[in-house]
Amino acid sequence: MGVNYLYPEYEVVRNMDRCINCRVCERQCANEVHSYDEERKIMCSDDALCVNCHRCVSLCPTRALKIVKSDHTFKENANWSGRSISEIYKQAESGGVLLSSMGNPNSFPVYFDKILINASQVTNPSIDPLREPMETKVFLGSKPNKIERDKDGKLVNNLSAGVELAMPIMFSAMSYGSISYNAHESLARAAQEAGILYNTGEGGLHKDFYQYGKHTIVQVASGRFGVHKDYLEAGAAIEIKMGQGAKPGIGGHLPGAKIVGDISKTRMVPEGSDAISPAPHHDIYSIEDLRQLVYSLKEATDYKKPVIVKIAAVHNVAAIASGIARSGADIIAIDGFRGGTGAAPTRIRDNVGIPIELALASVDQRLRDEGIRDNVSIVVGGSIRNSGDIVKAIALGADAVYIGTAALIALGCHLCRSCHSGKCNWGIATQKPELVKRLNPNIGYKRLINLVKAWNHEIKEMMGGMGINSIESLKGNRLMLRGVGLNEKELQILGIKHAGE
Amino acid sequence: MLKEGEIRIPSGCAISGIFSKSGKRISGESIIKSIATMHDRSNGLGGGFAAYGIYPEYKDYYAFHIFYDGNTSKKECEEFLERHFDIINLSKIPTRKTPGITDVPLIWRYFVTPLPTKLSESQLDEKEFVARCVMKINTKINGAYVFSSGKNMGVFKAVGYPEDVGEFYRLSEYEGYCWTAHGRYPTNTPGWWGGAHPFALLDYSVVHNGEISSYDANRRSIEMYGYKCTLQTDTEVITYIIDYLNRKIGLGLEEISGVVAAPFWQVIDRMPKEEKEKYTYLRNTFASLLITGPFSILVGFDGGIMALNDRLKLRSMVVGEKDDTVYIASEECAIRIIEPNLDKVWAPQGGEPVIVTLNGGAK
Amino acid sequence: MKKVYVNEEWCLGCHLCEYYCAFANSNERDMAKALKNVSIHPRIQLEEGNNINFAVSCRHCDDPLCVKGCITGALSIHDGVITADTNKCVGCYTCILCCPYGAISPSDHGVIQKCELCTNNIKGTPYCVQGCPNNAIVFEER
Repeated sequence: MGVNYLYPEYEVVRNMDRCINCRVCERQCANEVHSYDEERKIMCSDDALCVNCHRCVSLCPTRALKIVKSDHTFKENANWSGRSISEIYKQAESGGVLLSSMGNPNSFPVYFDKILINASQVTNPSIDPLREPMETKVFLGSKPNKIERDKDGKLVNNLSAGVELAMPIMFSAMSYGSISYNAHESLARAAQEAGILYNTGEGGLHKDFYQYGKHTIVQVASGRFGVHKDYLEAGAAIEIKMGQGAKPGIGGHLPGAKIVGDISKTRMVPEGSDAISPAPHHDIYSIEDLRQLVYSLKEATDYKKPVIVKIAAVHNVAAIASGIARSGADIIAIDGFRGGTGAAPTRIRDNVGIPIELALASVDQRLRDEGIRDNVSIVVGGSIRNSGDIVKAIALGADAVYIGTAALIALGCHLCRSCHSGKCNWGIATQKPELVKRLNPNIGYKRLINLVKAWNHEIKEMMGGMGINSIESLKGNRLMLRGVGLNEKELQILGIKHAGE
Repeated sequence: MLKEGEIRIPSGCAISGIFSKSGKRISGESIIKSIATMHDRSNGLGGGFAAYGIYPEYKDYYAFHIFYDGNTSKKECEEFLERHFDIINLSKIPTRKTPGITDVPLIWRYFVTPLPTKLSESQLDEKEFVARCVMKINTKINGAYVFSSGKNMGVFKAVGYPEDVGEFYRLSEYEGYCWTAHGRYPTNTPGWWGGAHPFALLDYSVVHNGEISSYDANRRSIEMYGYKCTLQTDTEVITYIIDYLNRKIGLGLEEISGVVAAPFWQVIDRMPKEEKEKYTYLRNTFASLLITGPFSILVGFDGGIMALNDRLKLRSMVVGEKDDTVYIASEECAIRIIEPNLDKVWAPQGGEPVIVTLNGGAK
Repeated sequence: MKKVYVNEEWCLGCHLCEYYCAFANSNERDMAKALKNVSIHPRIQLEEGNNINFAVSCRHCDDPLCVKGCITGALSIHDGVITADTNKCVGCYTCILCCPYGAISPSDHGVIQKCELCTNNIKGTPYCVQGCPNNAIVFEER
């Protein structure tokens, strides 16, 4: 107490003319910001507890509330921002590592916003997706480099196991434990109806969701939580998590207080024990060890499931990807530095990793230079925010994208970045039953389907504009992109020309 | 301004082809007449012909047609050829001075066969050896460009209207069982003869009317397999794709159409089980070689010709038949002017290949 | 016939249904004006428990006890909806005693009030259903 170093970042502004004292804000705020003063017969708010999640704002029936950034300021300083100063106060007080949730919010270049897309005119007609077939079906997996024929000369299907997607979008890995049961149910049901896949994350697969197995990617992460034979058999694909864009190089930690009930059972961790995901897989210290694990998983599932290897985008991502492409993996998933997380040390999240656009361009080019691009499919994630990003990612060379943050936003997330508190007011990043109830999967799954269907339609419109009617002709088609405001080096790494050329 | 090959130049065009199923050889006059009727489809910035069966005396040797900027390039290239091939015969390609054809480079013709020692040293089969040598000359030797490299066939092309190009090369003096022709309408001034069509590699020659939207996706894929797209034209990448799928992978021409002009999924879903599996396999395995965007191509090869339109039929193509001769062109008038009485005339569907071979039928 | 049903597993106990009901029946266009400084007596009422919450409104029974008990005939059935004619109601409150669900209550004007599926106000379709943030209240046939 005594000295209040930290002034509330946000202030709750209530329009007293419109407030009808319905108290829904009080009832719905898990951080106990609002309260009803019986004597004065008005609602009051304690700004210090507000995390800016907008639950109260969204439910207020008369729109009497808004949250504003406090205009309490430090003296202007381009080097020592208010945030940098406050972070030191926090650490001086607690002696702890700063934790953050969700993706890197700092001002680094967003290359997607500096890339523009082509349209066909005159020499090549554009295509109308409402009147002509426009195909966004994607196959992920390894392609053979020769054909085989049977004794009658007919082609034999020598494709190794893969997955078929109705559109080039999948839901990214978010573990059961970091997000709620209802969030997983929404993702699973949406993936099934939209004809795509969702990812279990490292928390294992709850037995209630085995029924959605055909649309599930089961993840094998460094802690091997929930990994057993039935788990591997249940999914349509298996993903080995080597790294995560938000926190490359480090592992994860779910505190024992959260390892209860179904979480404990699904993860196969005793109740009350901390669930620690170690930084490396302790049986993978080099690329040949990875190859061994890839083949162990394939042997265990009779070569019927493709294996995905997920890596974070770091400096030598192209060389790593090349090694993975030769290790027997069928799909490489690259997670850029803007990727989200339930909780990660702030310094790692904000300073480690590289942008996904650059990582994707260099991996795609390196694999083509080595002639092995067809050995693997590439899936990218780490802040895909809209269908424009998806079209640009595919044109740079991706086969499909992973969406994580975007999917949670569709479910109601307001990016208040307080997931690590476990008090998510929207029922997403929490395990408290009274909060989890707030995410009704019957509503959630529909919102997710609406999102991906809308994006798919937008992708078709953009493809039609470019004169392309099948998405495989957009893949790696760099001539469809132009950069604007990029320097020579950036253009060279992205492999695109500058607008006007 | 950047030269062809340093920049990608889209264009619209005209194509025509004549094929005699019985192998009867005719002179180049007919094809020149045919392509001349479609004069307005070109703008004088490119024209060319491919002819099959024109060198019967040298039918076992590869006929290299080469452009040279000057004598230094010629010397360097001939030294390369001598190191890798046995040169049976060499001469300037006979030409006639024609108004409309200017800036003529040196044009030479060589009949060659790989040196046996070099060939066995390389551990490649003969065709791969020849293809690699051609690509080496075209990428490494400055000012030299091999624009035809097949056996008993030849490509003749230049910057100019196709009828002038035909005159220039004296094509009425050659006789072949298969002729294809092309007139070009590029939207920029190309600096150079190599960019005209047809594009040829070994005995595959392609003339093409269209502009493919999938160009860069196709190029970046095919370049993984040892091809280098130096001209940045659609025709070049299409030729390489066909060479790869036919010669290196071993797909038949109908299967190749199933890759480059693959049926839509809604069509594949309605096919009987076996066909559905076959087309799904082809589309999945060779996804990056699917060609989208308007195209109509005539692919000539030893003993046959294939005509193919894109799936949406965004460019015209007409086929006519009279007795044992098949005519294919961008417009019916181009066929009628050389053969007014046709037994049959029809327009093939988008994505449906028309394959004609010696002593076979038009399918 | 479509009626208002509650899926109690989704009810968050937020009470918004009550406020939306009060607004719908207020004859005002703006909610802040309608309910400012007003103590509401809605026709749907939330029963709160430890882990389960449930909003109760008129069940529009097939064999309604309230209609049987009404001494003036103010309560009657129209197209399956049990409506109250406030001109006939004398405020005897017999119906309030009869209803096994406690769905009828005294209004602010002495007569009784009950859920009439918003057929008697400008909303036209049950407003509590529209206002529920979690699909805990639905309007459907069962």
